[in-house]
Amino acid sequence: MEFLGLYHYLVFPLLLMSGIYAVIAKRNLFKKLIGLALMQSAVFLLYITMAKVEGGTGPILKPGDADVLYSNPLPEVLILTAIVVGISTAALGLGIIVRIKEEFGSVEEDVVRELGGR
Amino acid sequence: MSGQATILAALAAPLAGAIGILLAGRLSANLRETVTLVTAVILAVVVWSLIPELMAGGRPALSVAEVVPGIEIAFRVEPLGMLFAALASGLWIINSIYSIGYMRGNNEANQTRFYFFFAISLAAAMGVAFAANLFTLFLFYEALTLSTYPLVSHKGDEKTIRSARVYLGILLTTSIGLFLPAIVWTYMAAGTGDFTPGGILEGNLEGPLIGLLLGLFVFGVGKAAVMPVHRWLPAAMVAPTPVSALLHAVAVVKAGVFTITKLIVYIFGVDYLFAQPSGQWLLYAAAFTIVAASAVALRQTNIKRLLAYSTVSQLSYVVLAADILKPLAEVGAAIHMVAHAFGKITLFFAAGAIYTAARKTEIGQLAGIGRRMPWTMAAFTIGAFSMIGVPPTGGFVSKWYILAGAFEADNYVAIFTMIASTALNALYFLPIIYLAWFGREPEGAQEHGEAPFPAVLALTATAALTVLFFFFNGPVIALERQLIEVWE
Amino acid sequence: MNGVVAHLPALLVVVPMLTAPLVMLLRPSGLAWAATTAASLCAFAIALSLTAAVLAGERPDYLMGSWPAPFGIELVVDAVNALVLLLVTGASSVALLAGARSIDSQIEHERQPLFYSAWLLALAGLAGIAVTGDAFNIFVFMEISSLASYVLVAGGPDRRALPAVFKYLVMGTIGATFYLIGVGLVYMMTGTLNLADMAERVGQVSDLRPVLVAAGFITTGLALKAAVFPLHLWLPNAYTYAPHMVTVFLAACATKVSLYVLIRFDYMVFQPNLAEHGLQFALFLMPLAILALIISSAVALFERNLKRLLAWSSVAQIGYMTLGVSLLTTAGVTAGMLHMFNHALAKGALFLAVAALAAGCGGVRLGQISGAGRRMPWTMGAFVLAGLSLIGVPGTAGFVSKWYLLSAAIGYGGYGPLLAAVIVLTSLMALAYIWRVVEAAYFGAAPAESTGRGEAPPALVVGAWAVALANVGFGLSPDLPVTLASKAAGILTGYSP
Repeated sequence: MEFLGLYHYLVFPLLLMSGIYAVIAKRNLFKKLIGLALMQSAVFLLYITMAKVEGGTGPILKPGDADVLYSNPLPEVLILTAIVVGISTAALGLGIIVRIKEEFGSVEEDVVRELGGR
Repeated sequence: MSGQATILAALAAPLAGAIGILLAGRLSANLRETVTLVTAVILAVVVWSLIPELMAGGRPALSVAEVVPGIEIAFRVEPLGMLFAALASGLWIINSIYSIGYMRGNNEANQTRFYFFFAISLAAAMGVAFAANLFTLFLFYEALTLSTYPLVSHKGDEKTIRSARVYLGILLTTSIGLFLPAIVWTYMAAGTGDFTPGGILEGNLEGPLIGLLLGLFVFGVGKAAVMPVHRWLPAAMVAPTPVSALLHAVAVVKAGVFTITKLIVYIFGVDYLFAQPSGQWLLYAAAFTIVAASAVALRQTNIKRLLAYSTVSQLSYVVLAADILKPLAEVGAAIHMVAHAFGKITLFFAAGAIYTAARKTEIGQLAGIGRRMPWTMAAFTIGAFSMIGVPPTGGFVSKWYILAGAFEADNYVAIFTMIASTALNALYFLPIIYLAWFGREPEGAQEHGEAPFPAVLALTATAALTVLFFFFNGPVIALERQLIEVWE
Repeated sequence: MNGVVAHLPALLVVVPMLTAPLVMLLRPSGLAWAATTAASLCAFAIALSLTAAVLAGERPDYLMGSWPAPFGIELVVDAVNALVLLLVTGASSVALLAGARSIDSQIEHERQPLFYSAWLLALAGLAGIAVTGDAFNIFVFMEISSLASYVLVAGGPDRRALPAVFKYLVMGTIGATFYLIGVGLVYMMTGTLNLADMAERVGQVSDLRPVLVAAGFITTGLALKAAVFPLHLWLPNAYTYAPHMVTVFLAACATKVSLYVLIRFDYMVFQPNLAEHGLQFALFLMPLAILALIISSAVALFERNLKRLLAWSSVAQIGYMTLGVSLLTTAGVTAGMLHMFNHALAKGALFLAVAALAAGCGGVRLGQISGAGRRMPWTMGAFVLAGLSLIGVPGTAGFVSKWYLLSAAIGYGGYGPLLAAVIVLTSLMALAYIWRVVEAAYFGAAPAESTGRGEAPPALVVGAWAVALANVGFGLSPDLPVTLASKAAGILTGYSP
């Protein structure tokens, strides 16, 4: 069962690579952004997975409790921050796409390049 | 004035003069010309005031700033540098007089810019002359290249820009590509870059590496025009003739061979280099340049280009002499800098005078011009004789010393080269002289007289110097003998 | 005052960051500019005092919220990041002081407060990266500064900036994501995010493979952000189409901050603990540096757009820094850090001059600036002076770093002379592409019609000259940068036993 226990760590590179593939191979700018979001989700998964301690419970302190095994709260907090960063990036990216559509009339990468976008 | 203050003044005077020229140029041309002349005189006085101290064996030094730990901007006056500085500053006065005649006679544009960068170039030349270490020398060497670029590209037309590009390209490429790595290498090998009597490389670098370093230096110092990095010299002939006269007969090219001589005496060490078989190739490179450049000169029809190739050839006399590595030859190298300077500047002055008065640039056009411009052609003749080495001109004295050194070293390559090149020089100068004095002017030739008075005055002065140097060379020789005492 | 002085490292970031939302509310854009410049100058003053403290031998540390390290976030200032802090705050201040008119002419009036707000966030982010000693904190600040930079670059009138920014965003986010993965992996093995603590604990980790993988991710991610060849593709267009002052600011410091993080991580955490990691690091970066130098210089030779020419030149110059750092010797690291400083000076002046040229000639293509040497002599004079520094002519700051680079290369032994040859060759290429511009400006004929005003705003010309003269000043007396750089190199190479 050792192998299945590491299931999350196997999904992580899959998600990462899917995201990178989308960013590089897709021509539609929206799809590139989705790829980015996929990549970021992979990272979130990695962090949260590493936070879970086998047999550990949620990291909430209750007075009077002693000798309780907690999962690590730090990576979860880090990921909250990273999620916020991800949202900001996505928002900014979407805003840029909207502007590109306004200026160039298309959100396909090659069309934009032809229209002088390089 | 103390030695240190004098050195500073020697650098500051031309710079201050440059600013003065800029300001005066807005007011009146005569005022500007006066500023130039006054600055030149002041510089000459300042520089020449160092001579007594030098003759007595003193070596004034000045340390300005430490740029990088272990590397500083510093100056130290020694016989070679003294000679170069005295030569350049003295001839600047005469050249300024000539410039006034030439620039006005040809109604050149942008004269203020011209005199401004000229003064800056002289300041850079002083820096090169008085540098105490490789870094300082490099700093002012590059400054000299950059400050002469506006002078070379003065005319601003298509052809000039292209030639100026060649000029800058070759000089900067050699200096950044070869000279700079050689300097860094020297600093790393010897721990210092200070010019030291006897050299600093003994014990730090030997064998084939010496030959390699020598190569990096010789070809890196593009201003010495050793083939194949000589192409910038003919390219620079697009400049107005006063530029060609002082800079490319005196300041810039002499900075080049001066640097090589200084490197041989104070970085490599004459005796040390003599004992290194890997350094022998320089002799052949110099000999080749002498003969090949003369051969190319033979085929030239444009006066200035012929003089340019003659300069390439004459410069390698100095390199050859320096590389004979015997005391008398080193003195000969230094003397030749002087003799060639006097002779070549005269020749260029004459060429410029001919252009100003008669608009002629090709040799073939010179038939019979001796009768119309006797003073100019007399000076030209004297200059040519100096190049060939006929007494009573300065060229004879320097060739005498070089040959003496060559015989002392049993250096048959050098001896043979000297003889061959003398013959070649005669081959291309004598026909011009004959044509000018005894040729017949073509029918319907334009009437013209002598060149403007300042120009004639200048070229007569330098021609006279060429002859006088034959008789009164004692002090110069005494000064340069100090070079020998340094390591004997 | 003692209380304030103790908080300086934090104030360095806090002041710009808190001013940012305030600036957004200031409607007269002149007021917004003034507030921004004030905050930037304040940050610069703090950076100067911190540098003075470092040079005096102190080590201003700061514990955020007084949480003890390694649990809390620790801000550390030593010679390595003092250099970077000076660059960041200095570049921002100079660009703001000189560029008010330029910004005014390129950004729509109503949007200017927002623009300045973003500028301050970028400044806060970059300063934060440089001053913090916590790996995740670096990520946060990195993304703050990057997002703000995306906004800045897209703010100009050129619509081609938009696809350029999108590419910048995508590549920048990938870089940050990789960095985050790397940090996560290291955290997994060591349990700490504090860099100093990490360096100690990595040595005690039994299975080093995750750490090795982490090193790879972190290096790649930061290389993306630092525009190390071949991950530089976002840079030329982003710099070209950004508003001119943004280019001045970013070109002087943005990539250098990421390079700093790379160097810090590698020298501090990975090299001492991973056997032969130093060799891997060098083998990876050195060829890339050489490629960056040669290829980017070659591309710059053929560019007709002045900003893009200088942008490619920046990629090449980053190659010099990377080359110096990859030598792994104290001399090499000194040269690399020194070049960070000197290149910022040279490129800053060049881009300021270009901004002036743009105002005066109506554009930055070679055809448009033709003859500018006669129409705008002062501007071109500053350009030439800064160009000489870029080439490395003695008497300029660029020469000092070239000297150090050459010494480091020649002293490297082995194929050191080959590296020296590459450095020299690419200096000559720099000569060629700068001289093309000089020739066009001084000898070219003025274009038939021009949309420019014929002369540049005085503040820009003064700014360009001030920085250009700084090049000469630091070229003739480079005490400050050299001392900082050698101290930094000492610290960095001192981590390894």
